[in-house]
Amino acid sequence: MESSKVIHAFYNDDEVLLDAVKAVKSEHHHIEEVFCPFPVHGLDKAMGLAPTKLAITAFFYGITGLAFAIWMTNYMMIEDWPQDIGGKPSFSWFENMPAFVPIMFELTVFFAAHLMVITFYMRSRIWPFKKAENPDPRTTDDHFLMEIPVHNNESELTALLTKTGAVEINIVDKH
Amino acid sequence: MYQFSGKLKTLSIILTVVGLLGIGWSFFTAPSTIEDAKEIIAQQSGHDDGHGIAHADEHSNDHANGAHGDDHHDKELTDNDHNATSGSHTGESNIDKKMSAHGAHNDDTHAEHVLHQLQNKPWSALYVSLFFFLGISLLVLAFYAAQRVAQSGWSIVLFRVMEAVTANLVPTSIIMLLVILAASVLHVNHMFPWMAEGTFDPASPNYDAIVDGKSWWMNVPGWTIRGIVYLAIWNAYRFFIRKNSIAEDTADDNNKIYKKNYNASVIFLFLFMITESMMSWDWIMGLDPHWFSTLFGWYVLASLLVSALTVVAFVTIYLRSKNAIPGINDSHIHDLAKFMFGFSVFWTYLWFAQFMLIWYADIPEETTYFVARFNEYKLPFLAMVVMNFVFPVLLLINSDYKSIPWFVVIGGIVILGGHYIDIFVMIMPATVGPFWSFGIAELSAVLFFLGIFIYTVFSAFAKANPIPKGNPFLKESEHFHYYNIEHRGEGSGDHH
Repeated sequence: MESSKVIHAFYNDDEVLLDAVKAVKSEHHHIEEVFCPFPVHGLDKAMGLAPTKLAITAFFYGITGLAFAIWMTNYMMIEDWPQDIGGKPSFSWFENMPAFVPIMFELTVFFAAHLMVITFYMRSRIWPFKKAENPDPRTTDDHFLMEIPVHNNESELTALLTKTGAVEINIVDKH
Repeated sequence: MYQFSGKLKTLSIILTVVGLLGIGWSFFTAPSTIEDAKEIIAQQSGHDDGHGIAHADEHSNDHANGAHGDDHHDKELTDNDHNATSGSHTGESNIDKKMSAHGAHNDDTHAEHVLHQLQNKPWSALYVSLFFFLGISLLVLAFYAAQRVAQSGWSIVLFRVMEAVTANLVPTSIIMLLVILAASVLHVNHMFPWMAEGTFDPASPNYDAIVDGKSWWMNVPGWTIRGIVYLAIWNAYRFFIRKNSIAEDTADDNNKIYKKNYNASVIFLFLFMITESMMSWDWIMGLDPHWFSTLFGWYVLASLLVSALTVVAFVTIYLRSKNAIPGINDSHIHDLAKFMFGFSVFWTYLWFAQFMLIWYADIPEETTYFVARFNEYKLPFLAMVVMNFVFPVLLLINSDYKSIPWFVVIGGIVILGGHYIDIFVMIMPATVGPFWSFGIAELSAVLFFLGIFIYTVFSAFAKANPIPKGNPFLKESEHFHYYNIEHRGEGSGDHH
């Protein structure tokens, strides 16, 4: 059941935030989201987030790029029009392979890098003219914000968060 | 303190003795007369016809290209009888025809040449292993110096391991010195063709105008003195840094010794880069005196560096399994494996850059180098690329695998095997040509140096505190943690 109200707890130190996340987790409350102005090392581990699979996608994109380069060089230089260019052996792809390695390397890197970045944008839902999903502008400057959904347990949650060193606790309607 | 176990000591002594016996046997059984060589030629052309054809092909190929004679011609510079053969680079044509004809196998000139190649076999087998082990110890020393200069925080707990590995520099340097003197002063082998009599004498039938043009660099006294200077510089730094690293442990002097070691390492790295390049010209490229390549020094460096890092990883993993080094965790192994991965790619880059530029331009005087290797060493030449690039890259690309010791060991064995082959393919085509094999001589040399390696390294490790207590970065190194990996069976609460 999706609750309509959430608690916004503000912190002004990443170490305090990290301890607060651990405390909230140990009380078995679900943390909806944490907003930080910069990456906090260990936050994903404390929140129990699954590791990213972005590197694995990049590996396969790289293989795709390599395959594309091999197909392209073979089709253009060997199959379609096998000219004698400066005595290079164009009888088979392997005989002329060293000359194709630079383009094979570059296309592997090109595919791996660009497709991974595009995957990252899509998975993270980032694009131009996207409306910012920032609950409070201070989280881009010097505050950290933990968002916890409320299920008729406002007072209990507020007490817990106060104990963890939150500098400000607001209960807001989730829209 | 680590105790050098009796079992390991016995193993190292057995390896050394078995290796020594094998090396002795290979020298003893090497052919000593032309008649022996002729017999071997007769045997070979009898049951292995394809070999002779490949051999002949290469000769006619070179001739067609107008090359200055290939490696075979370069070797045989001691006998007056075959002046025409060594003179092939001056354009006398009948000789190449004679050589490339199949019947040339009965020719005395050819037999003499084959005899020298066969006599080179035990020398080359020893030389490949010697260079491999000497180079690894040297590059561990250079990596260690680089870690000091970079003031790296992660590797301090590995310092004693690296110092122990460099202890192997002393015996390998002594053996190298003996080999240098054997080649230059005693003239007991034919490994370096330019050392043959008459090479620099225009009146001699052995006169080689091309090598003579390089005599300002390639001459016996210069070569010998340079070799001794390289060895002296490396060993001097090793002696100094080992002594002062141990002194650092107990020093209470505001890091004065630490700074001294830092300065010494900066100076060493400067000298090392110069001597390493020159060493690879003198000791490896000098085997093919007609051939040259500008990036050869870095290529040798890359090959030895990745092997050196693998050896450090091996010794670390072994000592850690014996609980001999406190403070080592999975992240240190992970970092070493990352270096192994990275420098495997770096080696491939240099290997390919050297190969591709020569293949692409196809200038005959450069191409003969790879023609000889591709025709007669096809399997090791190609297997090397798989072992040194494809396998480690696919195995060690995964971040999790890099911290699993047995994965690193498997990758490392293939990397070390691959780089042994790399050195093998650098040296053998120039010294023994098509008569290469991996038999008792080669294996014995590996075992001999492996035995010495185990003995010197582990007895050196047992002689000092396993962690350098006085290093200002020690704390950081003990708490080193790569954020991405989970430690298995280790407390992971003490980091972030």
